[in-house]
Amino acid sequence: MSARSAWGGRLLAAHAWAVYLFLYAPIAILIVFSFNNEKQTAVWKGFTTQWYSALLDDRFIRTPVANSLIVAGASTAVATIVGTLAALGLARYKLIPRPLGQGATRGLLMLPLVIPEIVVGAALLTFFGVIDWELSLWTVIIAHVGFSTSYVAVVVGARLAGFDRTLEEAAADLGAGPLATFVRVKLPLILPGIVAGALLAFTVSIDDYVITSFVAGTGATTLPLYIYSKLKTGVTPEVNAVSTALLLFTVVLILIAQWLLRPRSGATPGGEK
Amino acid sequence: MNNPTARRWAEPLRVFGLVLPAWAALGVFFVAPLAIMLVISFAQRDAYGGIRPIEDLRAYLRSWQWLANYRQSFEGMYLTILWRSVWMAVATTAICILISYPVAYYIALLARPRWKNLLLVLAVVPFWTSFLIRTYAWMLILRTQGLANTVLLSSGLIHQPLDLLYNDFAVMIGLVYGELPFMILPLYASLEKLDRTLLEAAADLGAARAATFWRVTVPLTMPGIVAGVVLVFIPSIGQFIVSDLLGGAKTVLVGNLINDQFSWARNRPFGSALAFEVTAVVLATVAWYAIYARKRGGMEGL
Repeated sequence: MSARSAWGGRLLAAHAWAVYLFLYAPIAILIVFSFNNEKQTAVWKGFTTQWYSALLDDRFIRTPVANSLIVAGASTAVATIVGTLAALGLARYKLIPRPLGQGATRGLLMLPLVIPEIVVGAALLTFFGVIDWELSLWTVIIAHVGFSTSYVAVVVGARLAGFDRTLEEAAADLGAGPLATFVRVKLPLILPGIVAGALLAFTVSIDDYVITSFVAGTGATTLPLYIYSKLKTGVTPEVNAVSTALLLFTVVLILIAQWLLRPRSGATPGGEK
Repeated sequence: MNNPTARRWAEPLRVFGLVLPAWAALGVFFVAPLAIMLVISFAQRDAYGGIRPIEDLRAYLRSWQWLANYRQSFEGMYLTILWRSVWMAVATTAICILISYPVAYYIALLARPRWKNLLLVLAVVPFWTSFLIRTYAWMLILRTQGLANTVLLSSGLIHQPLDLLYNDFAVMIGLVYGELPFMILPLYASLEKLDRTLLEAAADLGAARAATFWRVTVPLTMPGIVAGVVLVFIPSIGQFIVSDLLGGAKTVLVGNLINDQFSWARNRPFGSALAFEVTAVVLATVAWYAIYARKRGGMEGL
């Protein structure tokens, strides 16, 4: 079996690397082109950082960048608190009777992750119209709180699933009150999950285009909206540069989140039994 | 706390307090908007792009006009767009399974531990990065003056640039590219949990490798396949960015049609009806998954 198996293994390895090439080559091409000293074609004409310096001089990009940071910061702050509380509640939910039970709450928190963005955006636009709220940066923040809460709840919930309840009981047995137990035992253990959830929610918020495009008022243009309007009118090297910058910024946040969520050595997967 | 009744209610109340903010936030700014849109999907637009008020509800209901938007969506050009959205989402899902299964198999069962973690992180990162930018990268490759045409022209294989962008082919590439990580991860999770001794047992009992794969590996990893199908099919059916950027005006999907109704076409009731047709398909898919998961059991972590 070994000779055939070795060839099969090599074939699978080659396929896997080809798929990873497919996943990453377009991103690499985007990054390379952002340094290409050429405006129109895809021919390499030498290395330049002029598109990045053009970005720094571009006055029109400052408002979208600021708006994106405000929206992502504000919506993440709210979503981190609401989502973490919901995850904490869900983890000890068995006591609540139906129909307000665990399933309903879980389902509610999953909704923003499964309903297509185009539907959510259209519904929110309709909603703000019906209640007669003018579209602004506020409506964008509210829209982002919805999906961000779900992301935080899912990430923190996964962390809590591996939480050892006996630690809590031990703290209580040693005379710690509920607040002290939470602040000094539980919170430090789940804090990496909370931070990771917040980072991922921030990433999703700062990248969001579809929902934002429906609920952003005039003057509330975010960075993805700005990029979209640019690339609908044509590919420019400045768009490559700003896209690369946004991509690298979010990848750093994602890698930090992944590092925080890494399986801890020595801990049994699944945790509580 | 010595009062037994108070103690019995203390914990549920505390739990309730913890989930209440999420209920309030999502109830007001998520469920209520969807409910309002559902109501509007049964109304008609007026001449100015608003919603025509209904004077006599009973007569309106009896006239079957309330179903007009839904009926319209299954006629002519709209039916073509709905049908295209469905078959493209199904095709994307199928292609993603075919491409991802060997990759997940390699990561879970064959890759060295050192590579395994790297390969997993590399599969997770695109999951969270900007869909818009990842789709845009394909414009750089496929457009008339893009990388693919430049390479093909300079190699002498073609003499005229090919029209690679703004067609079904470009949209399919964009969909598969965008959704692929959503298939690799659940497949990996289920292959990782696979009990290898079962594969050895099948081999010991004389099963051919193909038979072992189809009759042991695939059935045992079905939870991962089902989860991947759900995770790929749902975003594909509601796709907007890929078809807008890579399909142009040629390959319109239902997501673009919805967007049009809320922007220049100014027919929100019709757009709402389309949005609910998509939502119905999505919720049916989720329900199918929930029923499967309950019947199968042990699908935690997928």
